[in-house]
Amino acid sequence: MIEEFQEWYQNRHDFARRWKEENPDGKVLGYFCTYVPEEILYAANILPVRILGGHEPPALATPHVFDMWCPFCRDCLSQGLAGKYDYLDGVMISQSCLHVRQAFGAWQVHVPTPWSYYLCMPNAVRSPRSRPFFAGELADFKKAVEDWAGKPITDEDLDRGIDILNTNRRLMKQVYELRKEDNPPITGTEAMTMVWASQLVDKREHSVLVEELLKDLPNRKLDRDPGVRLMIVGSENDDRPFMEMVESIGGTFVIDDHCTGSRYFWDEVVPNENRIQAIADRYCDRVPCPSKDFGQEDWERKRFPHILNLARDYRVQGAVLIQQKFCDPHECDIPSLRRYLQGNGIPCYFLEFEVTVPVGQFRIRVEAFIEQITAEELFE
Amino acid sequence: MAKYTTKGLDCWGRAKELRMRYYKDYAEAHDRGALRWEGGAWSFDAIPQALEGEVHVLTEEPYGASVGADPKLQVKYQEAAEGKWGCARDLCAYMRNYWGGIVLGEYAFGGKWPRADFIFQNQICCSHSKWLQVADEIYGGTIPYFCFDVGAGPYDRIGERQINYVVEQLYDGIEFLEKVTGRKVVDEKLIQNVQNTYRSACYWAKTCELNQALPAPLDEKTMFSLYVLGTLEKSNKEIADFYEKELYAEVKDRVANNIAAVAGEQCRMLGDSQPPWGFLRIFRYLETYGVVSIASLYTFSLIGWFELDENGNVVPYPTLEEQGITIKDRDHALRLLAEGELKGKLMWAPFYGATYKNELVTKIAKQWKCDAAILHLNRGCEGTAQHQMEMKIALQKIGLPVMTFEGNMADEREFDEARAKRLMDLFLTETLGLKKIAD
Repeated sequence: MIEEFQEWYQNRHDFARRWKEENPDGKVLGYFCTYVPEEILYAANILPVRILGGHEPPALATPHVFDMWCPFCRDCLSQGLAGKYDYLDGVMISQSCLHVRQAFGAWQVHVPTPWSYYLCMPNAVRSPRSRPFFAGELADFKKAVEDWAGKPITDEDLDRGIDILNTNRRLMKQVYELRKEDNPPITGTEAMTMVWASQLVDKREHSVLVEELLKDLPNRKLDRDPGVRLMIVGSENDDRPFMEMVESIGGTFVIDDHCTGSRYFWDEVVPNENRIQAIADRYCDRVPCPSKDFGQEDWERKRFPHILNLARDYRVQGAVLIQQKFCDPHECDIPSLRRYLQGNGIPCYFLEFEVTVPVGQFRIRVEAFIEQITAEELFE
Repeated sequence: MAKYTTKGLDCWGRAKELRMRYYKDYAEAHDRGALRWEGGAWSFDAIPQALEGEVHVLTEEPYGASVGADPKLQVKYQEAAEGKWGCARDLCAYMRNYWGGIVLGEYAFGGKWPRADFIFQNQICCSHSKWLQVADEIYGGTIPYFCFDVGAGPYDRIGERQINYVVEQLYDGIEFLEKVTGRKVVDEKLIQNVQNTYRSACYWAKTCELNQALPAPLDEKTMFSLYVLGTLEKSNKEIADFYEKELYAEVKDRVANNIAAVAGEQCRMLGDSQPPWGFLRIFRYLETYGVVSIASLYTFSLIGWFELDENGNVVPYPTLEEQGITIKDRDHALRLLAEGELKGKLMWAPFYGATYKNELVTKIAKQWKCDAAILHLNRGCEGTAQHQMEMKIALQKIGLPVMTFEGNMADEREFDEARAKRLMDLFLTETLGLKKIAD
């Protein structure tokens, strides 16, 4: 099962192409940023696939996005320019950081895609004003999708879309729950691969596999010492070689806070007669991306206590803070987050990521961090 | 012999005086029992400035630029932000200048850092909300903080819902201001401030429009020092008067009398983004080739309000008088304020897509009769650097020669002046075939 998640992640384009063949009435839409309301897309029989990078030097993006922009956005654009996503019927973004907007803007101009949409997701998600505004934007979006797909989206369709997403979220959260065990039956790399796959394939198929996994996991014993219980926090991360490396040198990632991890699925849509408002509320209420984590009463961030709660619930001994180079929202938060976690007894180690990471150098640095944690425990 | 007559601006001294008084007033505000607040240049200053009594604001971007104009000072502050606070050195250069000042407790205009009484911030880019969130944290989290969102959509998608979204936040902002200051927002002052905001934004746009004239009455280096007043306090009566009654009137007169910004104008350049503030002499260097930078989406519409007319031309946004509007009450004032900012600030449209920037800059290049473009790929500001490479391609497609150079508006460690000048030499001589007309 775990291998199948990896297979989906690795061969994401094959899955999408096959899905199109099997669903001639359906469409495949590539999306930037996890604030895209996939519920409405599933309601319209559209397969949303998150556009991720290829972990290859993004040379093709250079004429369009110069080097001060985050490597992830340049990698995503480069994949599009290379024709890797030539099967897409549409592409969209939900308003997020300027880096990803840059990739989306260049994509609209240079990567031929029949349909595109900019969804104006509010930034002030903690303001009560954001919810009716976003519900209005979602109503417009729903109409645009109906026009594109050529059929109306009914309340029943929306209920189905919400159910598909909520089921998948609930199941993945159950898998994450098992990571609280002393010796988790699933590694951090495996758990996050499950989440990456969820963003790339049909969630109905994905949920079937997660359900099977949940039956299997209680009996699964990993032939490894979990070592130090680590948390990984930061910007977009689907860097499997890095995570495997850390989990091969005496650590286990027992929890994360990434948009490619828990932040993606942690919160469900709370059903409401007004489906569109329910969806809007979910995206305004979810654990925010740092770019949207500011308030209208005080300077405090909503995400930090959530991260600390995760760290405590999962009995984390240390946190690896990572960010894509040039990622402003995370760069702004990381000095504060480090102080916050350290102030609450969680040692932190910071690493800056590129599309390819220097695994050798990072290995030495993470080994030192793990040694620091274990040494501290020796003297407690 | 010089091609055109030229002379300095008569109102130059007044612009300098207004700016210096602004920073002095802010520093001395508490001595006079006045309130101090921090915010962005977008921050709807008309509202907090309508609080009872005397109120002064420090807008963060022009402050960061002022530090940026002094390379030694900027490095000192940036190293404090990076070394003592621990932020990344590729973050917004203005923001690092600002944080560094707070960390060191130093005000670039002399004395100790003047702490604000409250923060009234805006979210226009990923860094803006964070800017003063972190500043507040460096202060110890003791300053009331309010940050509203203006990311409601591009100018051509602004309807009732978008305006309501901002106006409702402005009402929340008023409640916040009255709660944390114990003072009331005075409607008469608010209405006056909104009128002033319109005058500042619309008359700056009208002044920019005058630069379509041959020869250009203003060069961009001078314009930088003029638009800044609108980023400081566009709702201020003296600043609005300056734009309407002094600057606009004088520039109109310069056009009528063929007075050029640069006597040897022979090539009109389009720019983009903030310049490297500590190295504005590169504009004087261009002038040795008869090149005058006369237009940019950034310089025009950072504070100027524009719209597209029925022919698709970029034209100044109409003043309240031209629209036949008299502000009736608080609600009317807030709605007009939100509407003007959301519809008129074309500068922000590129945040919603490269095609917006491409369309606007190609129109400006044509209407302002630009011969070429020199684009500063600004590593210091992700907002204004948005879609710069796409813009380059779009300008080349309409036949405009384009040169780019990488730099940073306020971090001299990322700007190589000698290299930039060498690139300019090559571009101006080899691509444009120009020769030096002065040393």
